Amino acid sequence: MHVSKKVAKITFGLLSPREIKKIAQAKIITPELYDKEGYPVDGGLMDVRLGVIDPGLRCKTCGEKLKDCMGHFGYIELARPIIHIKHAKTILDVLRSTCRECNRILMKEDDIEQKSNLLAKVRKRRGMEVYRRLSNVYIHDLKNLKKCPYCQAKQYNFKLEKPVNFYENEKRISPIEVRLRLEKIPDKDLEVLGIDPKVARPEWMVLTILQIPPVTMRPSITLESGERSEDDLTHKLGDIVRINQRLFENINAGAPEIIVEDLWDLLQYHIITYFDNTVSQVPPARHRSGQPLKTLVERIKSKEGRFRYNLLGKRVNYAARTVISPDAAIKLNEVGIPFYVAEELTVPERVTEWNLKYLRKFVERGPKVYPGSNYVITPEGKKKKITDDTQELLIKELAPGFIVERHILDGDVAVFNRQPSLHRMSIMCHKIRVLPGKSFRLNPTVCNPYNADFDGDEMNLHIPQTEEARAEAEILMQVQTQIITPKNGYNVIGCVEDAISGNYLLTKEMEMPKEEAIQTLFSIGFTESSQFKNFKANVTGKEIFSAIIPNDFDFLGNSKACKKCEKCKKTNCDVDAYICIKKGKLISGTIDKNTIGEDNGTLLRALHRKYDADKTLELMGLIFRLGVVSLLRRGFTTGISDSDLPEKAKKEIQDEKEKAYKKVQEYLQQYKDGKIEAYPSKTVEETLELIILQELNKLRNKLGNIVKQHVVENNSTLIMASSGARGNILNLSMMSACVGQQALRGKRIDKGYVNRTLSIFKEHDRSPAARGFIKDGYKSGLTPYEFFFAAMTGRDSLMDTALRTPKSGYLYRRLSNALQDLRVEYDNTVRNSNKEIIQFSYGEDGIDVSKSEGGSINIKKIVKDIKGE
Amino acid sequence: MFKDYKGKIPGKLLKELEQEIINQNLPKNKIKEALSQLEEEYAYAKISPGEAIGMITAESFGEPGTQMTLNTFHFAGVAEVNVTLGLPRLIEILDARKLLKTPAMEIYLKKEYNKDASKVKKIAASIKQITFKELVNEFSLNVGKNHIEADLNKKKIRDLGITETQIVKSLQESLKGSKVSVLKAGIIVKAKDESDLKELYKLKVKLKEVIVKGIKGISQVMPVKNNNELMIITAGSNFKDVLQMKEVDQIKTKTNNIFEVAAVLGIEAARQSIINEAEHVIQDQGLAVDIRHIMFISDLMTIIGSVKGITRTGITREKESVLARASFEIPIGHIMNAAKSGEEDHLTSVVENVLLNQPIPLGTGIPELVTKNPGKK
Repeated sequence: MHVSKKVAKITFGLLSPREIKKIAQAKIITPELYDKEGYPVDGGLMDVRLGVIDPGLRCKTCGEKLKDCMGHFGYIELARPIIHIKHAKTILDVLRSTCRECNRILMKEDDIEQKSNLLAKVRKRRGMEVYRRLSNVYIHDLKNLKKCPYCQAKQYNFKLEKPVNFYENEKRISPIEVRLRLEKIPDKDLEVLGIDPKVARPEWMVLTILQIPPVTMRPSITLESGERSEDDLTHKLGDIVRINQRLFENINAGAPEIIVEDLWDLLQYHIITYFDNTVSQVPPARHRSGQPLKTLVERIKSKEGRFRYNLLGKRVNYAARTVISPDAAIKLNEVGIPFYVAEELTVPERVTEWNLKYLRKFVERGPKVYPGSNYVITPEGKKKKITDDTQELLIKELAPGFIVERHILDGDVAVFNRQPSLHRMSIMCHKIRVLPGKSFRLNPTVCNPYNADFDGDEMNLHIPQTEEARAEAEILMQVQTQIITPKNGYNVIGCVEDAISGNYLLTKEMEMPKEEAIQTLFSIGFTESSQFKNFKANVTGKEIFSAIIPNDFDFLGNSKACKKCEKCKKTNCDVDAYICIKKGKLISGTIDKNTIGEDNGTLLRALHRKYDADKTLELMGLIFRLGVVSLLRRGFTTGISDSDLPEKAKKEIQDEKEKAYKKVQEYLQQYKDGKIEAYPSKTVEETLELIILQELNKLRNKLGNIVKQHVVENNSTLIMASSGARGNILNLSMMSACVGQQALRGKRIDKGYVNRTLSIFKEHDRSPAARGFIKDGYKSGLTPYEFFFAAMTGRDSLMDTALRTPKSGYLYRRLSNALQDLRVEYDNTVRNSNKEIIQFSYGEDGIDVSKSEGGSINIKKIVKDIKGE
Repeated sequence: MFKDYKGKIPGKLLKELEQEIINQNLPKNKIKEALSQLEEEYAYAKISPGEAIGMITAESFGEPGTQMTLNTFHFAGVAEVNVTLGLPRLIEILDARKLLKTPAMEIYLKKEYNKDASKVKKIAASIKQITFKELVNEFSLNVGKNHIEADLNKKKIRDLGITETQIVKSLQESLKGSKVSVLKAGIIVKAKDESDLKELYKLKVKLKEVIVKGIKGISQVMPVKNNNELMIITAGSNFKDVLQMKEVDQIKTKTNNIFEVAAVLGIEAARQSIINEAEHVIQDQGLAVDIRHIMFISDLMTIIGSVKGITRTGITREKESVLARASFEIPIGHIMNAAKSGEEDHLTSVVENVLLNQPIPLGTGIPELVTKNPGKK
């Protein structure tokens, strides 16, 4: 398929009455819609010349049927001129700036020329915004001139009483008079006022003719009862036509001026609300049910309006959505899709003489047997559904030039997405794997870029339909191209959870017989048997890990456990934190989150640097599966017993708690005695609070350390924490020792009742317990008031997230709107859509963050490599 | 040898390489190899033409924005001033708000002053703004005599080291047309002749806010020790006046109000100030966003010579395309204005083309292929 630009530019302007008439296909004269038979009345608002919305009818203008006729405009002649509400401000500006007698602009000839020239220049060079600002300055200057430079007539004070009534010296000027004055203003005078007379004469802003939109734009709907329900716009237009007819009749009958005026005002009201039903000072027009009508402006405006809802929010075919679930066995850049989906989504494939046989088979299988096809497109472009009736004919007809929409197969390209799509890694290209089941399957490694989990998340899948789209998706959007985020140059894809703790344990302590080791490697899909050659009868975990690392790979790095000793002991590290890979052999060090995790997994980065993205992804998959499988072999569980502490530790904890409580008591005593000295620009109370808070936080950290010292060596929770797979030591200490101080807005809890937090405490009680310190751990349980305090902070953080989401969402919308058309040009400058230079070289050095290492080039490594170490 | 690569590789990278060569003691004969390797890697890392860099920058801010906290309270040091951080501050910066929630300054002092604690305290005290109402126990309106009597808090005045004549002088300066006199009971301010009660009341309100001493806008001062040097942290900011003090180190002193920086030091300084402030917020939240993105936003906000926020009244309004502006916010206003002046939309940016279902001028949407139509056979 070929896509090209069709529209080069759009010019905005006003429609003149003459143009409206020229465009119009019908003059509307009666408010009636249908006759007795339910057929649209000629000259009514549903006139068949304006297009058709009933399936049986044909349009009288173009002769087409329902879907082929786009509709045509009509018009009505207004009995009296009406001010266009959206132009009222402009009309006021024009009237104020021109003479009431001779209708020239209140400016000398030379000035007019000079200023309109300047305006034209500004418009061309500086853009519309500056142009508009400048013309507004001129308008502002002319506003209060009292004398016309041409006819010397005195000028009066002009006022616009909202919504559309003009007053000159407290005397109302009728729209007729307004229009008369506007008509007489010469073209060249208007240019100074920021109006282009070629497309927008000011008198057109006072309506004498109203354009009627086509019926197709305001279709009526037939209710179940067979009753017709008209569109809001039709209702409004009906009002307008009715009042307009009455006004005509009254004028012709020579009715008294008051009645005519009243009807005129009513017509004005209806036309205002026809354009905009949300004008302040004008009561909105309502349905009989009391619900306000949705008229033209409301159709365009806001999130549900035409712009944002329809024009910028495109809907597509060839998409699927369902629940996601994990599958560590598929590749990182694959997505598992259910058969049901594979039978529904299709890829168009053009028939040539070489694939005729192949594609014919798909047609033969039809829509019901899996690798089949749903539609065939003939060379004439007719889309034919494959059904039991048509199948035989289509099989026979099939020839080069046809297109078969065949079911998707393994290896086809799909675009996978999870909302909110906050960054480009939220939409990536995966290869299809058709699997049994009813959910989309994805490798848990790619959860991070999508920010997905499996608690019921759903994701969307799209099948690109053209060669161009498929090529772009594969080259630019595939998972391996997105390993490094352009946000900061770190990897967003990396091992998670069990994969980390598995590799950690494997490289730290595991050992297994040769057979078992080979079995493990085969089970993760690693089959290069040359790598097992040197396995001895007993294989260490490090050796197994080394097997999957390429033999030409060298790497040095540190584990999370690294204590950053002054003198590094290198391979003899006490905690085995010095990771050294030489020629693909892991000589020392334990693998953990620092090396293979998300966000700066150093080993992954080194792999990415040395090999290409495809290879890195493959290795990452191997490492991931190795971790999971070896964890499975070893056995790994976590439970309540993880938080068990020996008696000795319990006592220590109790002692520490008591000590801290005593300390707080001392502070409180000092406060009572007035001995606490206030910190600069803080009150004594604030200072006291700060000291206590510090003391209690110190206690929690201390308890954390005690817990760390006393838990059993192979405590699973501890393993998870120290490998970086999940949780931290603080979580463990919260379970076994003490939850700690609950803080609201950076302070201890002090809200609730008068002078106290809860009614079980005495007033002015500042003790830790009364201010939200939870002394128990989760395992021993919380007292009711402790539970309440915990709930308070819990609710607070819930509020925070709930309030933050829309705020940051709006910030993002504004940012993306302001920045979306900035791009790098071929001369390396960054420019906006107007070709104005924002930066001469992107980021001052022209480096793409997503191709860098944490934002720069790894020069250290370059020198090191060349030196040959 | 390095000279040959000037212009091909950014100077910063060359310098870094030079340093690294010295650090690692690379033999001289291998320097050339290192340079060509760097050139190769630089060529790889270079940004591709057509890259939608604006969108990437927006994403790099938008995505971490969802992870930021709403209420952060700064407690790094015990005695620090409370400053807005997290998402609210980021929004404040990007909106280019003129009124900050918590304006603050870091005032550094010249060498002669920054060692002695008592001196610094004195300087700090002299900066802090003191309004008239802080020195007064009670105001009373005397309608009959058409004046206001202010009962002064003598002790406080003495503590602050202000004399009554000073007060009178500053009152007289800021309340032109009123007569100020000192009596035993306190200060009497006489209103203009023929003032009614309402005007007298207005005068009182005005009187309360007269700044008697210190620098306007600085509501809190706090001497703090920072790397062997005493400095002053303030709540409230008045960059211009503070920089004019002789004790102040003009080079190091900072404010978090970008508009003040723009007014005093110019737009280039404001650009740097946006970068610093935004980076500080992001780092404080423990998030990592590359400096290039921050620089990019800052460049965009200052490109026209004044600080513009990323709002509908800021940058977006400057956009050339009507449809792009209309599709963002207040569509009707933009379309009406465009119609009036016969504006043209040349569909050069992204949204318009999305609206019209056409390829967008970014990335793979840029290249066009032109061929001669061979005509039908």
